[in-house]
Amino acid sequence: MSAIRIWKRPPFIKRAWLRWSLTIGGSLFLLVAIGTMDVNWQRVAAGVPRAERFISSFFPPDFASKSSDIWEGIFESLWMTVVSTVIGILLSIPIGLGAARNLAPRPIYLFFRGVLAVSRTFPEIIIALFAVKLFGFGPFAGIIALSIGSIGFYGKLLAEDIEDMDPVQAEAVKSTGSSWLQWLNYSVQPQVTPRMIGLAMYRFDINFRESAVLGIVGAGGIGATLLTTFDRYEFSSSASILLIIIGIVMAVEYSSGYIRKWVQ
Amino acid sequence: MFAACLPTRIITNHCFFASLTMLSLDKLTKQYKTGDLALNDIYLEIPDGQVMALIGPSGAGKSTLIRCVNRLVEPTSGSICLNETELSSLSQGELRRARRRMGMIFQEYALVERLSVMENVLSGRLGYVSFWRSYFRNFPQTDVDEAYRLLARVGLDHMADKRADELSGGQRQRVGICRALIQNPELLLVDEPTASLDPKTSRQIMRLICELCKERKLSAIINIHDVFLAQMFAERIVGLQLGEIVYDGPPDGLTPDVLTTIYGEEDWESTIEKVKEEDFEEKRKDSTSLASGK
Repeated sequence: MSAIRIWKRPPFIKRAWLRWSLTIGGSLFLLVAIGTMDVNWQRVAAGVPRAERFISSFFPPDFASKSSDIWEGIFESLWMTVVSTVIGILLSIPIGLGAARNLAPRPIYLFFRGVLAVSRTFPEIIIALFAVKLFGFGPFAGIIALSIGSIGFYGKLLAEDIEDMDPVQAEAVKSTGSSWLQWLNYSVQPQVTPRMIGLAMYRFDINFRESAVLGIVGAGGIGATLLTTFDRYEFSSSASILLIIIGIVMAVEYSSGYIRKWVQ
Repeated sequence: MFAACLPTRIITNHCFFASLTMLSLDKLTKQYKTGDLALNDIYLEIPDGQVMALIGPSGAGKSTLIRCVNRLVEPTSGSICLNETELSSLSQGELRRARRRMGMIFQEYALVERLSVMENVLSGRLGYVSFWRSYFRNFPQTDVDEAYRLLARVGLDHMADKRADELSGGQRQRVGICRALIQNPELLLVDEPTASLDPKTSRQIMRLICELCKERKLSAIINIHDVFLAQMFAERIVGLQLGEIVYDGPPDGLTPDVLTTIYGEEDWESTIEKVKEEDFEEKRKDSTSLASGK
């Protein structure tokens, strides 16, 4: 008869002192951080009825009185989105191929990873600030900003998807004596396309939402109109703009789900 | 052919060996970057039209050996000579042309899953058509005819427009065989063709590969870890252990001692008994199917 053997799941961090000091240190830090957050409850209480008034001033949304400005802004945002998504994706295909470790030789890989890192460092709104300084106010600056943002996003995800592909399928096509481009077209492209179509739709959605922000720095789109209505306390017009943005984002979301299922 | 043997002509991509040898490996060595010596000084000749099975435990270097032949893995040193072409020194373009002459069949079928059966078969012709023709899937009619003929030969012509991932394992491997054969190869490199198939399908696939090799007078190297299948179907068995050839001979020369040298200590007697029974079963089945006029 053997003794009872107790089993416990081995801890994630093996060294007990490290485990405990991380746990205690982490909890202390969290407590101190919460403690330093200076919440003035009176101001919070005062803010609640103000928020109520603010929200009620949004209703009823007014689509009519500024309709030409609103629709102009929306259409500008939409075509900025379309153009910058297309440009961004077209440019990120070669960059993504270069930034995939299993495709590119080491120096090329490092160079394109660098390009991606730089384009991902700055948020679109900061790139838009530069672009406005360089090219002046208007949607062109916005398109530049959104295209650069799209390259960072799409190129990185494309490169990672290529790195995750099944190498055996790729090997099989290579063993037939195919050229490099044929190999890309027959083994890499079919493996990454469905996910990349889904991500293109997602990026379209991001670019549309971003285009609403870029107007604030003068880079075109619906943002400028939205900001003007806020500045003039025309909250019912702001509400109609927000509702249109929500509607368009929902439409893109719904159709991207549908398209993704269809291309899988 | 004989000109290739004259010393003045050897300087170019020609090998010494006479035309009866399809493939010859000489002093082939592969050492991986990790330091593992996968192949150590391999010498091997495969005559024209021979189906050879390469057996050995996992990690013996079987996969590395066949991948060195078409240079999916770059050999560290040594010579690989396919029907008078020295493969180890080819440039990228020449290598692509040489790869067209070697069809490869893979363990997990390695079909491009999101392409149709027809596209997978036609991808075997990529080495022969231009990029734009292949991009628009506009292959020459003769290639399409050949693809249909091969699919019909393996009983899948009605599946041409199905996506590869809709097929069963056995069906996928048949498509893989078609893709290799449409290259019109001189040599088949077959890497564990039955590893993910059930026993019955495994036998069917092995029989199909061997029949097709006979029909087309192809040489083949078949990596296989299943000793009975190797004995049932191959004319010659080569046993590999830790990157070295430890057996080279006929299938019935695999005695318990030989299997022990290849795989290590184990009760081999019962395995050999089983092979004999299976052989008998096979022969009986063949004779009954002949009798029924199939």
